[in-house]
Amino acid sequence: MSALTLVYAGLFYAATAVFVVGLAAKIAGYARTPAPLRIPTTPAPRTRAGVVGRMAREVLLFESLFRANKWIWLFGWLFHVALALVLVRHLRYFTEPVWPVVAIAQPFGIYAGFALLAGLAGLWARRLLVERIRYISTWSDHLMLALLILIAVSGLMMKYVAHTDIVAVKAFVLGLMRFDLQPLPADGPLLVHLFLVAGLMAIFPASKLLHAPGVFFSPTRNQADDSRERRTVAPWAAGLEKK
Amino acid sequence: MGAPDVQAPPLKAYPVIPILQADAMAGSRPYVAAEKLNEAIGFPGKLVDGWQAKAVAKLGELRDRYRSLRVFLDACVHCGACTDKCHFFLGTGDPKNMPVARQELVRKVYRRYFTFAGKHFPKLVGAEDLTESVLEDWYRYFNQCSECRRCSVYCPYGIDTAEITMAAKEVMDSIGMGQKYTNEIIGKVHKIGNNLGLPGPALLDTLQTLEEEVKEETGQDVRFPLDEPGAEVLVVTPSADFFAEPHVFSLIGYAKVFHAAGIRWTLSSHASEAGNFGLFIGNYDQTRRIAMRVREAALELGVKRVVVGECGHAWRVAYSFWNTLIGPFDFLDARHPVPQHVCELTYDLIRRGAITLERERNDRRVVTFHDSCNVARASGMGGIPRGQFILPRAIVRAACTRFHDMAPETIHENTFCCGGGGGLLTDELVELRVKGALPRMEALKAVVDEHGVNFMATICAICKAQFAKVLPYYKFDMGMVGGVHQLVGDAIVLGRND
Ligand code: SF4
Ligand code: SF4
Repeated sequence: MSALTLVYAGLFYAATAVFVVGLAAKIAGYARTPAPLRIPTTPAPRTRAGVVGRMAREVLLFESLFRANKWIWLFGWLFHVALALVLVRHLRYFTEPVWPVVAIAQPFGIYAGFALLAGLAGLWARRLLVERIRYISTWSDHLMLALLILIAVSGLMMKYVAHTDIVAVKAFVLGLMRFDLQPLPADGPLLVHLFLVAGLMAIFPASKLLHAPGVFFSPTRNQADDSRERRTVAPWAAGLEKK
Repeated sequence: MGAPDVQAPPLKAYPVIPILQADAMAGSRPYVAAEKLNEAIGFPGKLVDGWQAKAVAKLGELRDRYRSLRVFLDACVHCGACTDKCHFFLGTGDPKNMPVARQELVRKVYRRYFTFAGKHFPKLVGAEDLTESVLEDWYRYFNQCSECRRCSVYCPYGIDTAEITMAAKEVMDSIGMGQKYTNEIIGKVHKIGNNLGLPGPALLDTLQTLEEEVKEETGQDVRFPLDEPGAEVLVVTPSADFFAEPHVFSLIGYAKVFHAAGIRWTLSSHASEAGNFGLFIGNYDQTRRIAMRVREAALELGVKRVVVGECGHAWRVAYSFWNTLIGPFDFLDARHPVPQHVCELTYDLIRRGAITLERERNDRRVVTFHDSCNVARASGMGGIPRGQFILPRAIVRAACTRFHDMAPETIHENTFCCGGGGGLLTDELVELRVKGALPRMEALKAVVDEHGVNFMATICAICKAQFAKVLPYYKFDMGMVGGVHQLVGDAIVLGRND
């Protein structure tokens, strides 16, 4: 087994571990922390089912963002939908035999790669050109965009510039999953692509990417407007009542 | 300071997002509470030794207590969607009044002390130590947020800057950096029973005078009862209703409604204040203790219902928090909403035909309605979706013939704050208040020009006081603002049920 394969295998195991453990810890933190008072942004749905609907519109359509700013919505939504398609397309590396949905998504996944780049470019342009957004941007915001763009570009290069032996890549990935290492092709774009993806996974739990799990825990969005019907005394607040 | 010579920004025909003017409002700073004020309500008197470590520890404690804070500190992606949504930014151009920038004041400190990235790569992620100048920024800019939640409507993750502001204020209170106006009022409500410091006998006096005045005006014995055991309804209303104009006209309106409907009601000297400034400083225990007076008064007087008068943040606390803070209300009549807004009561009576309004009596008025933030974005009414928008408008339409809403992007959940909420209704912040009212004034101007609107009804004591103050800066008559029950009081037909 080449040193390269070993290094990348190690990298992915480490990145996955950081991703899973870090994210689990963060989610556990959100779940454990009480929401002592009802604070949905109203008008809010009055039932749980209504809340599920609100959350679905928020997560799938970015409803609030749409109301806020059509440009950010356009680029942000384009990017996220494209990312979802690209991820589905990538499932072919993880499934044997490939699931039918994944097979169907293949051609769309390719266009999505370009849409994803377009979305990112739009978001970055706004970050640089709109004074208000430039003001609130940190270095990490720019680097995050750079990272995502490089991942997308290196990925597309494997399709359009320097073909990679994807059969071997798939063998490598399946090998990782089965703890039976297979050699990784030593192609430049592939190595860059995989390295950056591992990096993205590793920083996920320590970065703003936490918006992904965070939105589900956001009290202003996930609470029903039922405060007159339900009490929600938090454990720490119950202590005050005894005083 | 005192009464600065404030220039109102010009009213534009359509809203324009200002270009950034760094530090435009860096000079806006409310008075810090004196030692006695802080200590009276259980906070350290002045900036404590080792405040930095204590503040950081407090922030950590709050993060463990409030899921909102914990999630909001992590989830922001700096997308910028909220940047042009705050009336204080729109009115001042100060970039630190953009909601996300305001949050960053706390977030950068949180990152520095609580996150891996901020501990090891502070520059990269914009993390900063809690220095004296950062604390000073907190004090200035968290006292430039009216906790109106407009930003939370538009944020893709529902991040509510008001929650961050409340946390920052709670941290500051815990190290002796309390704000004078708010903490003084909290002291008064504990000591005397209401925000204005109006003692029981003075209150009784005021109410008797009102009875005489209404008798003179209408010839009817409309009562303003205080501490009457056995009444069916306890009314809890902002203390401004007792003597400030235009607030008192709404109180007269409630009294006439009860009179016409034949419902026995009472006010309470123990709970002679609906307002609850504990909310503004984000302090759960204060909010709970201030609210508790209402439960005590209701039990003591043996009432069956509790009705809340025209006060935005009070309605938020009552509607959204009372059940949790001071419930359960199993001693009240479950056939009525608990608590009930006075608009819910009046709306119900109108619908059942239990009271009659003659709209023509308000014919001299062309009315619009200002949705108050806390009612619009933090409560409900009538148990129906969007009831908080529907009910007050239905009452206004029943009470007058000519009604015109302001532009849709400035009403309902999109409403613009009056600029005085959240504990900012103090004279030394007048510049901020005038500028913060700009978006609302622009929307008002449009309906004034187009429809000849001459009355802006609202159901919040802070909105009324704030508008009465700032309207003249924009060349409007301060008498343009008033309560929904002021219109009701002028239109209601008395003496039918006798
Ligand atoms: S809560 Fe209101 S005042 Fe505070 S930042 Fe958001 S929009 Fe501005
Ligand atoms: S809209 Fe929400 S996520 Fe976007 S910058 Fe504002 S607070 Fe952050």
